[in-house]
Amino acid sequence: MTAMTALLEMREISKTFPGVRALDHVSFDLQRGEIHALVGENGAGKSTLMKVLAAVYPAGTYGGEILVGGKTMRFSGIRDAEAAGIAVVHQELSLVGEMSIGENIYLGREPKRFGMIEWEALFSSAQRLLGELHLDLDAHTPVGHLGIGQQHLVEIAKALARDAGILILDEPTAALTESEAEILFAILERLRKKGVGIVYISHKLGEVFRLADRITVLRDGRTVSTDPAGALDTARVIARMVGREVTDLFPTAVRHPDNVVFEARNVTVEDANVPGKILVRNVSFSVRRGEVLGVAGLVGAGRSELLMGIFGAHGGPHRGEFFVDGERIDIRHPHDAIAHGIGFVTEDRKKFGLLLDQSLVTNMTLATLALMGKLLVHVDAETAAGERSMRDLRIKAPSVFVDAMTLSGGNQQKVVLAKWLLTNPKVLFLDEPTRGIDVGAKQEIYLQINRLAEEGLAIVLVSSELPEVLALSDRVMVLHEGRVTGEFTRSEATAEKVMACATGQTRAA
Amino acid sequence: MRNGTDARGVNGDDLEKAKIGRWSISFTALRAYTMVIAMIAIWIFFQVKTVSDIYPYGLFLHPLNFANLLKQMAVTGVLAVGMLMVIVARQIDLSVGSMVGLAGGIAAMTQDHGLVVALGSAVVVGTAIGALQGSLVAWGNIPAFIVTLGGLLAWRGVILYLSRGETIPIRLPVFRSLGVALVQPAVGFILAGVAVAAVIWTTWRRNAARKRHNLPPSSALVTVARIVIPSILIFAFVYHMNRQGGVPLPVLILVFVALIGAFVMRSTTFGRYLYAIGSNPEAARLSGISITRHILGAFAFLGALVGVAAILHTGRVGSASPDAGSLMELDAIAACVIGGTSLMGGRGTVAGALLGALIMASLDNGMSLLSVENATQYIIKGAVLVAAVGFDMAGRRKG
Repeated sequence: MTAMTALLEMREISKTFPGVRALDHVSFDLQRGEIHALVGENGAGKSTLMKVLAAVYPAGTYGGEILVGGKTMRFSGIRDAEAAGIAVVHQELSLVGEMSIGENIYLGREPKRFGMIEWEALFSSAQRLLGELHLDLDAHTPVGHLGIGQQHLVEIAKALARDAGILILDEPTAALTESEAEILFAILERLRKKGVGIVYISHKLGEVFRLADRITVLRDGRTVSTDPAGALDTARVIARMVGREVTDLFPTAVRHPDNVVFEARNVTVEDANVPGKILVRNVSFSVRRGEVLGVAGLVGAGRSELLMGIFGAHGGPHRGEFFVDGERIDIRHPHDAIAHGIGFVTEDRKKFGLLLDQSLVTNMTLATLALMGKLLVHVDAETAAGERSMRDLRIKAPSVFVDAMTLSGGNQQKVVLAKWLLTNPKVLFLDEPTRGIDVGAKQEIYLQINRLAEEGLAIVLVSSELPEVLALSDRVMVLHEGRVTGEFTRSEATAEKVMACATGQTRAA
Repeated sequence: MRNGTDARGVNGDDLEKAKIGRWSISFTALRAYTMVIAMIAIWIFFQVKTVSDIYPYGLFLHPLNFANLLKQMAVTGVLAVGMLMVIVARQIDLSVGSMVGLAGGIAAMTQDHGLVVALGSAVVVGTAIGALQGSLVAWGNIPAFIVTLGGLLAWRGVILYLSRGETIPIRLPVFRSLGVALVQPAVGFILAGVAVAAVIWTTWRRNAARKRHNLPPSSALVTVARIVIPSILIFAFVYHMNRQGGVPLPVLILVFVALIGAFVMRSTTFGRYLYAIGSNPEAARLSGISITRHILGAFAFLGALVGVAAILHTGRVGSASPDAGSLMELDAIAACVIGGTSLMGGRGTVAGALLGALIMASLDNGMSLLSVENATQYIIKGAVLVAAVGFDMAGRRKG
């Protein structure tokens, strides 16, 4: 790019969290009327970089410099960034479902006269904005009545209502149907013509190549490259995204998988809130005694939904046939799944896994008590069981009676693992078992996974960390948008092949 | 009541420690001690204030008055035990006051068919209403606040309609005695002996079980203290009550209800699941627990106890008036909250709820003895409730 002042320039941005260097001297710039794509694996630092820009992390909490229109900016909060014309559309919606589209668009910036809201002005300008975006919606409609995809489009309208010169979109199509995505692309094209600079974060390389003028690849908090999109192709981008050597973080294991323990056929899962939106489509797989089946895919590929659907825990419509040891089983409630020998270490331990304000022993024996259907709790028996698990899994805590919230993330994760191991499962689902825990704790979890597989447990491992999946799995199944796009044995699986399938190319074996 | 002292940590150290000088103490224990100390302070205050020529050592703790206080507390206490279960599961029941009126009224109306029918119908009506409201919450997905707010209005309406607004006197002597009678002093001592035997037996069994599971046994000193301290308290209490004729029967019933409640919350999977559901419903469901069934069960259990409370209240007053029980739901909720129950669910013990009920009853009774105006009484009780929770939150932030 030439002598023309960049619309936005981020110079040498560094950001450290306790124990983690999230961003390491990352530079990034954006021109007027440009769509600049930001790609990288989960955890590469994309979201952190955008949070620095949007002043979610205010000036002073990071190193480096931000220039907007050539002027150095020190934002002390989100409001400052907004005032400078930076608007972010996050993956998570920030809309109030009970309020109308118009109210949401102008929330906190309502047009006022003598201290009173001018409703006519608010709704007419909201309606005009919707028209400009070619969205056929009434500004009076409550946002809660819209589908998730339309809500995302409203979220984008809300960002544009601030006359933003810089628009940041974080995985904008994750929740959109194909036709809604087309609407979004058309909007982005028009904005580009108007001179708006757009940062486009996406896992879907097809979209990236269709829209982007330039592509920046981040990996492990560093800039790998910034190039015009025309100079790149999908394979090269994938290579840059994953180009990291797998270190000996992963313990090696030789396993001899036995007969099939669990089989799922034609699992289909629909969204609980948007009728007809399919999250998982006709997925079938099986897993053997002593085998680890890795399930790879990007955020939104339907991996968690697949497991939740099988486990009887998904809120929306779901169907499929399940077999344990060759026998067909019926699962209506998680209790049925547990009774048939399925254990499920769910993702997000704080939300789905733990009773944070209850003792470790209460947490560890919860599923077992429910499984046994006993009426009485034998405090001493369960204490003994809890202390045994604590030793086996090397959980670091003063005693089994402390509350779960007092433990570190890694130890909390082991408590959840202990809960499921006490139920004596035949097959164990692990959903992001190492998310948010430090490297030492990760390695301990890997050792446990290997030990359990050696002892004959069948394991289904979902993880967003590709090296983890590749190192631990005997087989890898790849999902993209709810479908299986590839399956590899341990020897076939490479980061490039898996990532290609995960970004939507079907396997060319 | 040692069964209910701590439903969560059997005897574990709590990591949340508060520092007092160089002493470090677990927050849960600190809270329990503070509440006991607050109660003793309230007692001393009223005791000193009620010194007179007739009662040179004060009237408040005199057996005659204290028995009266406990009879008042019995009704609130029984309701608080049931309310605790519902609140622990992150629910609420605002209708118990109206349910007391309805169940008591129906018992009075059916007393001509005999004692069993009268008492039975109170408990059946309470359980049925509890189950109905519980199923609306569990299966109908209607918030408990709304269902039971509706109940607060509707059940009051039903008893007004059934009684045509009239107060019905209780004619069955046994019915009346349930609310006021005193247990023969000799029988009181025998029951105290049974209670002490039970304390010794559970302590012994506990030590045996610990040995069986290879857990370190309690030290001899702890074992003796576990037996001697409750035994002294039990006998002192019975002796004190016998000086005015005996332990009031409703107090005995409350003790019985509390023991059952503490057992359910501590030693049954039902109680354990209520804590789990209140703490994190999603995690509980994913662990294979049926949330609907347990919430329905908690409301039904509370309903049954409302029936018992209605019997005690109606018996004590000697008649069933259509406005009986109003505002009792608030006393029961306040007792739970003062006793350390979290309205967010997952935390609370039967012992705490009883302590809360005792503090509320002590304030009520003491202020009446001092002829504090009604208006002032309400204000003070309200302030105590808010202050107790304020203390709780402040302590939790530090912890």
